[in-house]
Amino acid sequence: MLVLLRLAFSSLKSRKVTTSLTVFSIALSVLLLVGVDRIRQGAQEGFSGTLSQTDLVVGARGGSLPLLLYAVFHIGTPSNDLSYASYEHFRDHPAVQWTIPFSMGDSHHGYRVIATDDNFYEHYRFHRDRAIQFADGARPEGIFDATIGSEVAQRLGYHVGSKIVLSHGLETVSLLKHADKPFTVVGVLGRTATPVDSAIYITLYGEEALHIDWADGTPPALGEELPAAKIRKEDLHIKEISAFLVRTRSRVDTLLLQREINTYKDEPLTAIIPALTLQELWNLLGYADVALSLVSGAVLVVGLLAMLIALYTALNERRREVAVLRAIGFHARQIFALFVLESTLISAVGVAFGLAAAYGLLWIVRAPVEAHFGIPLMMVGFSSRVSLYACVVLLAGALLGCVPAIRAYRNGLIDGLNAQ
Amino acid sequence: MPAVYLQNVIFSYERNAPLLQIDELLIDEGERVFLYGPSGSGKTTLLGLVAGVLHANKGEVRVLGKDLTRLSSSARDRHRGAEMGYIFQSFNLIPYLSVRENIALSCHVHAKRMKRITASTLDGEILRIASRLDLDGFLNKPVTKLSTGQQQRVAIARAVIGAPRLVIADEPTSSLDRDRQESFLRLLIEVCNEARSTLIFVSHDSSLMSRFERHISVSEINQVVSC
Repeated sequence: MLVLLRLAFSSLKSRKVTTSLTVFSIALSVLLLVGVDRIRQGAQEGFSGTLSQTDLVVGARGGSLPLLLYAVFHIGTPSNDLSYASYEHFRDHPAVQWTIPFSMGDSHHGYRVIATDDNFYEHYRFHRDRAIQFADGARPEGIFDATIGSEVAQRLGYHVGSKIVLSHGLETVSLLKHADKPFTVVGVLGRTATPVDSAIYITLYGEEALHIDWADGTPPALGEELPAAKIRKEDLHIKEISAFLVRTRSRVDTLLLQREINTYKDEPLTAIIPALTLQELWNLLGYADVALSLVSGAVLVVGLLAMLIALYTALNERRREVAVLRAIGFHARQIFALFVLESTLISAVGVAFGLAAAYGLLWIVRAPVEAHFGIPLMMVGFSSRVSLYACVVLLAGALLGCVPAIRAYRNGLIDGLNAQ
Repeated sequence: MPAVYLQNVIFSYERNAPLLQIDELLIDEGERVFLYGPSGSGKTTLLGLVAGVLHANKGEVRVLGKDLTRLSSSARDRHRGAEMGYIFQSFNLIPYLSVRENIALSCHVHAKRMKRITASTLDGEILRIASRLDLDGFLNKPVTKLSTGQQQRVAIARAVIGAPRLVIADEPTSSLDRDRQESFLRLLIEVCNEARSTLIFVSHDSSLMSRFERHISVSEINQVVSC
């Protein structure tokens, strides 16, 4: 058997070009198959890992998926805000353990600015039970204090003490800048591998102060701005927030509270259970996953067929070789095994390269994807689906190898020692 | 003990159309036999039977003490690989292996042959045979880089390594020019003598006949009259 393996290896090595092209095509299809699957699972784990221990996400009446996307993943914008009074009502609800309010609408160089309060630093959890930590500095105290995510700090080169000017709206190049009221970075958050990394956090008061002299959504006329130094916390009255997270005291409370919020008389609100809404998202993305997997599967079939063609066309010129092996005492069954081994080796090397490429690429694109599209990608290990793909490719390679192998076997028997 | 003994052998691919029928053929161990006959006389079929690639329909084919008609096909393959060396007219070698690997192959496959080498290591044995056949300089070359004459000498080396008891050479000289035929034949007979192997040499070229002590015409022993 070892002799056969060495023979198969040398035989493939002697046909370098065809072998490497076949290996390449199989590796490519494995890369696609595994890549699609890894990105799907990576995104799934990334999304699920972003928010933990939160039972409800609450926003103004609207779709549950948009609410989850803007409140937790900073994708899209809230269509409506909810009143701070309603927030206070549910914050003080007996079934509620804690809440985290979020208000959004400003940005800085394309990074979201989120206004929140101390509860965020206190209670926010991701990847099961990890809490927000500071790489440097501390929580914002003053009105114009800000903390920044690790990605923001790294990309923009900010550190504790940096002055930043926020822009109104979410465009990277905003026309309206809050230039008269700069913020000071007082804390840099530790890396979380969630959208928190690419956000800037200010206080709810800070958000209010930015717009204190605005009227009906337009900035004050020249000379009418209220200088930052004159603003005091006591003058600021928080009127609206975009969404808030809720941790209830028990599972039953969650369901009861969700119902209570959704039927709240004073204001139309929507409360969602994040895990359930994420499931909706996966169902939605499932179609894309299936479509991409089908395309990758088709590429795999093409790759395997290319291997079959390469091995089959080489058969005629290998008739002499088969006769020589028979003369040395190889049984026709061993000739069969030799050909199957060759195709299996090709697929095995193809699978190995494909897997390595898939994980390598995933590792490389992870950070850019997270930075540019806000999609958190987790580095995920092997899954049963990846092992299944690997096994299927190996098995298909071995099975397809049987086609030329059967021909070689029969040639070996018919030609005996006399193939010319 | 006879190296080859055939008795009442009939071989045919199709029923009632026998290709070969031999009442008796005896080749003693150590004999050097020249086997000749026109094409179609059954030379190839006879070699196939002796080598155990073909299976006789009737009769006894006893080769080196084993009745091949009673062995399974894989047992016949093992018997051939372990006890026989086979040299073809041309293309005797595995194209993707080096000269050294080609020579070594049958020793890797058959422990019996490995046991019979006279040098202390396989590499030593390969070197000994190679220098005997004037191949020392080519051992690590790919076989495709060799001339036809050199390739046929490698074929001898591969056939005789591990001292097989029977060497079958099927028209091994027909791809060589006349000068080389002479030296090839001389070498082949010498190394077979050294390994004490019985040699069955097939050729249609009667000018080589004189070097052999026994001559067998296949058309005379084959009872099937062919056109």
